[in-house]
Amino acid sequence: MSAPALLALSGVSKRYGSIQANKAIDLSVRAGSIHAILGENGAGKSTLMKLIYGVEHPDEGQITWNGKRVELARPSDAQALGIGMVFQHFSLFETLNVVQNVSLMVPGKPAELAARIVELGSRFGLAVDPNAMVHSLSVGERQRVEIIRCLLLNPKLLILDEPTSVLPPQSVRLLFETLRRLQADGTAILFISHKLEEIRELCDEATILRGGQVTGRVNPRDHDARALAQMMIGRDMPQLTVSDAGEPGEVRLKLQRLSQPRSTRFGTTLDGIDLTLRAGQIVGIAGISGNGQQELAALISGETRAAAPEMVQILGQPVGDKGPMDRRALGFSFVPEERLGRGAVPDMALSDNSLLTAHRQGMLRGGFIQRSIERSFTRQCIDDFDVRTPGPEAEAGALSGGNLQKFILGRELLLAPDLLLVSQPTWGVDIGAATAIRRRLVEMRDGGTAILIISEELEELFEICDLIHVLHEGHLSPALPRARTSAEEVGAYMIGAKA
Amino acid sequence: MKIRMVRRDAASHLAMVGAPVLALVLTALCSLVLFAALGVDAGTALHALLLKPFLTWYSFSEVLLKMAPLLLIAQGIAIGFRANVFNIGAEGQFIIGAVCASAFPVYFPEGDFPVMLPAMILAGGLGGLAYAAIAAGLRTRFGASEILVTLMLSLIAIQILNYLLLGPWKDPRGFNFPQTVMFPANAQLPRLFEGVRPNISLFFALGASLLAYLLMERHFRGYQLRTAGLAPRAALYAGFSTSRMIWLSLCIGGLAAGIAGASEVAGPLAQLQRSVATGYGYAAIIVAYVGGLRPLGIIASSFLISVIYIGGDSATVSANLPIAAVEVFQGMLLVFYLMTFTLIRFRFEIEREAPA
Repeated sequence: MSAPALLALSGVSKRYGSIQANKAIDLSVRAGSIHAILGENGAGKSTLMKLIYGVEHPDEGQITWNGKRVELARPSDAQALGIGMVFQHFSLFETLNVVQNVSLMVPGKPAELAARIVELGSRFGLAVDPNAMVHSLSVGERQRVEIIRCLLLNPKLLILDEPTSVLPPQSVRLLFETLRRLQADGTAILFISHKLEEIRELCDEATILRGGQVTGRVNPRDHDARALAQMMIGRDMPQLTVSDAGEPGEVRLKLQRLSQPRSTRFGTTLDGIDLTLRAGQIVGIAGISGNGQQELAALISGETRAAAPEMVQILGQPVGDKGPMDRRALGFSFVPEERLGRGAVPDMALSDNSLLTAHRQGMLRGGFIQRSIERSFTRQCIDDFDVRTPGPEAEAGALSGGNLQKFILGRELLLAPDLLLVSQPTWGVDIGAATAIRRRLVEMRDGGTAILIISEELEELFEICDLIHVLHEGHLSPALPRARTSAEEVGAYMIGAKA
Repeated sequence: MKIRMVRRDAASHLAMVGAPVLALVLTALCSLVLFAALGVDAGTALHALLLKPFLTWYSFSEVLLKMAPLLLIAQGIAIGFRANVFNIGAEGQFIIGAVCASAFPVYFPEGDFPVMLPAMILAGGLGGLAYAAIAAGLRTRFGASEILVTLMLSLIAIQILNYLLLGPWKDPRGFNFPQTVMFPANAQLPRLFEGVRPNISLFFALGASLLAYLLMERHFRGYQLRTAGLAPRAALYAGFSTSRMIWLSLCIGGLAAGIAGASEVAGPLAQLQRSVATGYGYAAIIVAYVGGLRPLGIIASSFLISVIYIGGDSATVSANLPIAAVEVFQGMLLVFYLMTFTLIRFRFEIEREAPA
């Protein structure tokens, strides 16, 4: 390895206020390699990529490209060098077609671009119709559009931020195939992930981050997942052993032919959904976001009213026409996937955020707010669920995503619900906290609570659910008992190969 | 070097008090330039605007007189503003309140009605409430923007006022002027002090401030209103009824503006005339925002704006300042306040670029 690295960072640091996001990072990416950046949530991966892509600027340290020192003031500087990036959350306009989206970033006549899109598609296994409207594309196809858009700029280095987190298992295979072909073509790839097995399968090199610092530089194939986890979280991977559920009790939630036409052009129509959830049971709903998950959650919570009362039954009562407060009065509680602005009010103190849904816990007297009860409830939630915050007076908007999730989940669990709906319980939460959250959910189940979990993380659902359904384009699969199904079967439902 | 805005962990109480003060200072500085450009001696103008109202008991009493309706209306509409319900037509509700209250003395000009004042205040309040409720009904039923509806209703209210004053309610012995009869003594609010005009409507306004404080800072209903304003989807998630918020916000705003209108005809005017519509309803929007939409802040801001009103009057006379310049002064105060308001939740951080 005498040639200088394609991209090298030395001593790069970045600080946001009191948080040191990156500290003295050294990184070296060889031309034509697939290099993993491994780290859990909050380890500083995204910040590092923003520095490389010119979105942010390092406080200290330097970046070299082919041995030459570079200053990346903006993303166009990085693109000019030959750096392309595919973001975790896609930046495509749904109302435009593929060529139009591409032409916003890539110069050229639409007809020529369309031809090149088809050509690149066949060369790298990225088949996509250039004239298709983006809103009609699946998540996997949208990701291909993003990748093609980068490839049209002839990058020498392609950055992919958690590319597999939105894909069903089958599409992950296709993506890896594409990445290997790109590698054979001489393109270097920076692959950001927290999924150990994927990295071991795909990558030649890995740089591991923890708390903003590099904690390891290894060939991932030489180490097992446990050793990588050690480097990533600094201790052994927390194990969660889930005992089998006891005999399930009475029916707590019943969805009966629940149908709802989509409310916007980009929404999903729910079509005749049947589901039964009993006391002491955890039922999971797998599937890629955007297949009706949000619509279904809002119908169960009461934020959207169902067309007929008996379509949604909570503890035996038809509630399809009732609002969230009436449903909560029956013993329902709900952790939504959006934390800021829905599960919590960012500009209010945590104690006032307790009031949002926990006001029935004696926090009101004659309609007046009992601050001391509000505060002691909040204090208990902070202590029990290990929320890292200065105290009940801190505003929700100042908490990190993971801490806010712990607070909201804690608030809803402290209500001792008979029926709990949790949407994406561990999005953006670090591994230790995610394990703690799952353990809590299992404890609640063993205490007799009926729990419905909507999650994109298949591993999570397989870890704690007793039954798994798959939601695909507004259809719900039959219930698959965890013990008798497999990731492949669930994956087939996720892409609509089975229904 | 780069300056960035960083979110504070919690709203700064210092900045909450400091922001209006800073806004006032910036406004004063800018008006110095403006007044100089107009060829007015800036010192005289600012002296008249900000100091003169305090120099005589009479002019100070006029400040208190202005403050009563501004405070009352602003407390009412600020509640809605915090819930993102923008009733900007308090002027119309104020006029309708004045009209409804005037019905009693107009039809009983000898004062031969037993509970004259309570009836007037009640009728004024309910009239304003009903007028604002039109906007609530149109918003909840048809999704019509309450901003437009309340604003347009204000224009209609002025025409209702004109019709009554030029037609059925015109004082037959009033030399054809568009005004009603002078009200009998029992249709006039008791004055607070001998010889000057402030009346007990100031207590209505202070009482309303206390109620607004209890509702918004202590009561669950106020919490729901605040939640609806700060995070509408969180209010939906918790199940707070949106239409109830809209009704409540508009009815409270209309009630307060209506009582203020009634107090105006039962107070300094002592009759219904066109000049009842002097723009208190619009000025109250500025008062509400300068007060940070908080009940205590609004008490301070209503006093401040009243000072500027009275000071503005005297500046047009003694410093020869055009009335438009006074309005610009008030407008600048609002704009600067909205700018400095950011400091409550954000602080500036100076960041040195990494040495190259």
